Amino acid sequence: MRHEVRFSGYGGQGIILSAVILGRAAALYDGKYAVQTQVYGPEARGGASMGQVVIDDAPILYPAVTDPGIYIIMSQQGFEKYGVAAREDAIMVLDTDLVRSRPVCRYHEIPATAEAKENLGREIVANIVMMGALVAITGVVSREAIERAVLDSVPKGTESLNTRALKRGFELGERA
Amino acid sequence: MSRLEFMQGNAACAEGALAAGCRFFGGYPITPSTEIAETMARRLPKVGGVFISMEDELASIAAVIGAAWTGTRAMTATSGPGFSLMMENIGYAAMTETPCVIVNIQRGGPSTGQPTRAAQGDMLQCRFGSHGDYSTIALTPNSVQEMFDLTVKAFNLADRFRVPTFLMSDEAVGHMRERVTIPDSVDIVPPAPLLEDSLPYEAGEDGIPGFAPFGSGRSVHVTGLTHDERGYPDTTDPEAHDRLVRRLVAKVESARHDIADYEVINPDAERVFVTYGPPSRTVAQVMRDHPDESVGHLRYRVVWPFDESALQEFPDAKVFLMPELNMGQMAREVQRHVDQPVVPISKIGGELHTPAELLQALEAHR
Repeated sequence: MRHEVRFSGYGGQGIILSAVILGRAAALYDGKYAVQTQVYGPEARGGASMGQVVIDDAPILYPAVTDPGIYIIMSQQGFEKYGVAAREDAIMVLDTDLVRSRPVCRYHEIPATAEAKENLGREIVANIVMMGALVAITGVVSREAIERAVLDSVPKGTESLNTRALKRGFELGERA
Repeated sequence: MSRLEFMQGNAACAEGALAAGCRFFGGYPITPSTEIAETMARRLPKVGGVFISMEDELASIAAVIGAAWTGTRAMTATSGPGFSLMMENIGYAAMTETPCVIVNIQRGGPSTGQPTRAAQGDMLQCRFGSHGDYSTIALTPNSVQEMFDLTVKAFNLADRFRVPTFLMSDEAVGHMRERVTIPDSVDIVPPAPLLEDSLPYEAGEDGIPGFAPFGSGRSVHVTGLTHDERGYPDTTDPEAHDRLVRRLVAKVESARHDIADYEVINPDAERVFVTYGPPSRTVAQVMRDHPDESVGHLRYRVVWPFDESALQEFPDAKVFLMPELNMGQMAREVQRHVDQPVVPISKIGGELHTPAELLQALEAHR
């Protein structure tokens, strides 16, 4: 089955990296096919950022995302630009404190940035907390696959911090 | 043991170049090709190669041509505005029969246009962009795996035919990430050497002279002026010019069925999509979702030299439908080879054709 996943937030949160990690988990560790793409312009840190992933059991022909079923939204501007048109049967995981609006589709509030800052000590892992929550809520990839993909992708010396962030995300997702 | 990676198209292109033995990159960064230069800058010094960040694209292609004459596999990567700047020396590479690879990760043009968006707007420029008559080879990948595979192939073709060879990709494939298999080694076919009793620009039946790079022991004069078989300028003799330029064109064009690389789906079809690059994936999606024996697909992986005989693989074709990310560039080429109507399905602005758009085009030609 084809899953289309869209990540949005602001530049600097690791939005595109999140999409790459999810694609990597599916393509290298879950034995599925994945295509990761992004839409970007000349904006740098602070502007709306968006990354997308298609995951399928069959080879992926058309590579672009047209109608995502899963959204991860980490900023109000990201919601307005890339999340507001979510179809009614989509699932949205949003950062409680960074997104004011709420969609018409099913959604889960995850206080990822607050959790990263206050309990994990580094705001920069908020995207990994979101990723854990996403996997716990949707099961779009396995927990083993996402853990391996996260460890492949983060700088040396931050493995334990990122693993804790991911596991905290699993817990928040289970409760959401 | 090959290895699996989840990698960006541009990175796979660089990996393909390294696997093919490319040891020189001269370039000037430009979106959306920059990751190729970044990867080569990081990797080349570790394998004994040279990366030079040049002052502009004129110098980039000049440096690549110089490096190629030392017998080193050499490349550059750019996008529209840089590609335009390279045109004069691309003609020089064609005239001097310098094997080199030029990657164009196409973006929306003209001018600086849409730096971060996909296009296929330079398909005629890569064939006709420099002045005078000449011929080139151009390959068009549609996946990250093909960014690797066709880059390797581009180096082998460049060496075999002693011709500047283009990897004509685009922002969509260059920036997409997919799983890719990187083999331990790839087939490398070096250029035929210049035989001792041959003149430097004396060619046999295939029209391709043996290659004697600098340092190989032969003295070779290299000039962009019309030259004789010795390599010496001969700029006023009509016959010398006719002989040289007709050979430069013929050595590639007469081998077009041999260089050809294309896929044929449903050869009995009446309505036939003709594609290259990413629109081929939208067509494949439509054909998987709506199986129909009357719909066929011809996908070119080598666009130049254009192999018109591939079109004859569809004897029952009533119409050729050509989705391109430009205003119908290759459709013009197809039109001159067939009697049936050729319908350009042109899309510009940076997004791929959607399956719905192509389905609609199919319905309109039922």
